[in-house]
Amino acid sequence: MCGICGCGQAGDADTMGAHGPEHSHGDSHHHHPHGAHDHTHDHDHDHGHDHGHDHDHAHVHDDPHSARVIKIGRDILEKNDRFAGANRLLFAETRTLALNLVSSPGAGKTSLLVRTLKDLGGKLPLSVIEGDQQTSLDADRIKATGVPALQINTGKLCHLDADMISGAMGRIPIPRDGILFIENVGNLVCPAGFDLGEASKVVLVSVTEGEDKPLKYPDMFHAAGLVLVTKVDLLPYLEFDIAALESNARRVNPRAEVLRVSTRSGDGLDAWYAWIDARRRQMVAA
Amino acid sequence: MHELALAQSIVELVQDQARREAFVRVTAIRLSIGSLAHVDPRALEFGFDAVARGTVAEGATLSIDRPAGTGFCMDCRKNVAIGARGEPCPSCGGSQWVLVGGDEMRVVDLEVE
Repeated sequence: MCGICGCGQAGDADTMGAHGPEHSHGDSHHHHPHGAHDHTHDHDHDHGHDHGHDHDHAHVHDDPHSARVIKIGRDILEKNDRFAGANRLLFAETRTLALNLVSSPGAGKTSLLVRTLKDLGGKLPLSVIEGDQQTSLDADRIKATGVPALQINTGKLCHLDADMISGAMGRIPIPRDGILFIENVGNLVCPAGFDLGEASKVVLVSVTEGEDKPLKYPDMFHAAGLVLVTKVDLLPYLEFDIAALESNARRVNPRAEVLRVSTRSGDGLDAWYAWIDARRRQMVAA
Repeated sequence: MHELALAQSIVELVQDQARREAFVRVTAIRLSIGSLAHVDPRALEFGFDAVARGTVAEGATLSIDRPAGTGFCMDCRKNVAIGARGEPCPSCGGSQWVLVGGDEMRVVDLEVE
């Protein structure tokens, strides 16, 4: 399972630990489905002929019209998308810019947020929703800046969904005419598929990760409106081809903007704030 | 493991349909999962078996259609086949294309009793 959702990546002891007991599941999952997969396919064929036939015979006395096919054509994510739509409406009505921050664990989401809140705090209303599997450590760091924050613990889930955000909005102040930052669970796979109603996903990738991250996790980079390359103050100590990273990000997402930032040195933060400001003005104009 | 959440959504959708159409058992569920959708079909099958237990969908077989990815290339001004995100346009080699199909996740139909 970890191999699929990316939760169990090296460097996040908490996540690894939480996933530990599930690994037996994961193992059986990896063996099981191989068998189950073939099996299912066999079944499909059987169902098409024998099974359906047998069923008619078996149940003919109970109900002569028992077996039927119902056309549905409904989106699997329709419930999530319904909540996301309601969230988006709320954000539009209150002119709240909602940004969904995503990255692998340790790319620097919380540090960037803390710095951003300090720099923008007092100028406009801000709120933060923090998503993590466990603990309220991140929300505690945010609250220390004086900005209202709410921690959502997702437990075994590897992403935030729109329903969770909708529930959270009743529990923190809506930052009218300001910014709601949503820090998603550290995971470059699962959060890509879940619309929270945000104006944009912002994906962070640090220079200690690898130039090929966008190619390895294309869904997330494709879903993002902005790519923030973080920890650029470390570049002198690394063999890291930042141009290659940027070119890979644009390959996966030609529309994405890419900015280089360092939370520690402050380099590039003005461009990040300018991007936020442009998005706010866009929203008010819309 | 967001496939578990997706499997849960499928089961809820089937339960909702069962209330509307008054059926008590689903024997087969046909899904359309685009080849570029955010989902691993094997993990979805595994998750589905787990969350369907005790519901109207218990024991139902999943059959999963995998429509191919389609992009619109802005340079070629036409639809092109896309195997994976990040791949160049197969016609001109450029990267200026947007996905127009192949990332859908839908429940197509149900076989019920």
